[in-house]
Amino acid sequence: MEVAVFAIFALLSVGFAIVVVAHPHPVKSTMSMVVVLFCMAVLFALLGAPFVAAVQVLVYTGAILVLFLFVLMLLNIGRERASAGGQPAQRWVALVGAAFFAGFLGMLLWRTHGPDTLDALTPDYLSIHRLSWELFTTWLLPFELVGLLLLVAVVAAYAMARAPQPGEMTPAAQPGIVTAAAAESAEPGGETT
Amino acid sequence: MTVPIAWYMVLAAVLFSIGTVGALTRRNGITIFLSIELMLNAVNLLILSYARLLGDQAGQVIVFFVLAVAAAEAAIGLALFIAVYRLRRTIDVNRLNLLRW
Repeated sequence: MEVAVFAIFALLSVGFAIVVVAHPHPVKSTMSMVVVLFCMAVLFALLGAPFVAAVQVLVYTGAILVLFLFVLMLLNIGRERASAGGQPAQRWVALVGAAFFAGFLGMLLWRTHGPDTLDALTPDYLSIHRLSWELFTTWLLPFELVGLLLLVAVVAAYAMARAPQPGEMTPAAQPGIVTAAAAESAEPGGETT
Repeated sequence: MTVPIAWYMVLAAVLFSIGTVGALTRRNGITIFLSIELMLNAVNLLILSYARLLGDQAGQVIVFFVLAVAAAEAAIGLALFIAVYRLRRTIDVNRLNLLRW
């Protein structure tokens, strides 16, 4: 039973992960990513981490990927255009390198994985009470630092994505930077300054 | 019958490598970010399988931190792309070559 669930969701996640990196349309990549993250949440639950699985669904698919979709639609990004100055060998070099990397890493993990039969899941390991105790006592300082990191990220994201105000020094006003208008008139490849 | 923990680890390695291919070959900035999220998730799977193997809940706590950092990274990265798009009307990383040479 457990093996069947694992096999189904592992295959689904690998298949949709390939769609994520191979599909030319970014919106479809993002939607496939939703499926991958759901499958990963199932695997997390299978590993005895139901709360992490719930957070994965809520935070990742509920917030982060919606943010991705929102930006894609805000910027109106369409299909990736075929090779505008891309390196033709890039794809094959990356594929071969990643295949070697996957084989190496997989073999390493396969050999060092320890016992084949796991201990049964204990109520202690599944307990959210114990998990939160751990989080708010042993890991309190990292927890607060992560909160600070998120605050910094929010402020920085606001500062960067904001439209420049009138009278403000914008990057476009500085010499040596090609603005959108100049880039459009000098299509394509005439962007060196 | 339970699933051997090594299967989870090999799955994590495969997903991480797929994410690597995406991050190296795609030219759309947002798809590159998706690939990086895929790699982060593969690492989460690996951390959780080790936590399961050792029976230590600390692994689950660390996964929360990884999730939070991934959220911060996504927010910053997408804001950067909005700023870049406003300036250049594209997020094709091959055409963002201002700092390349």
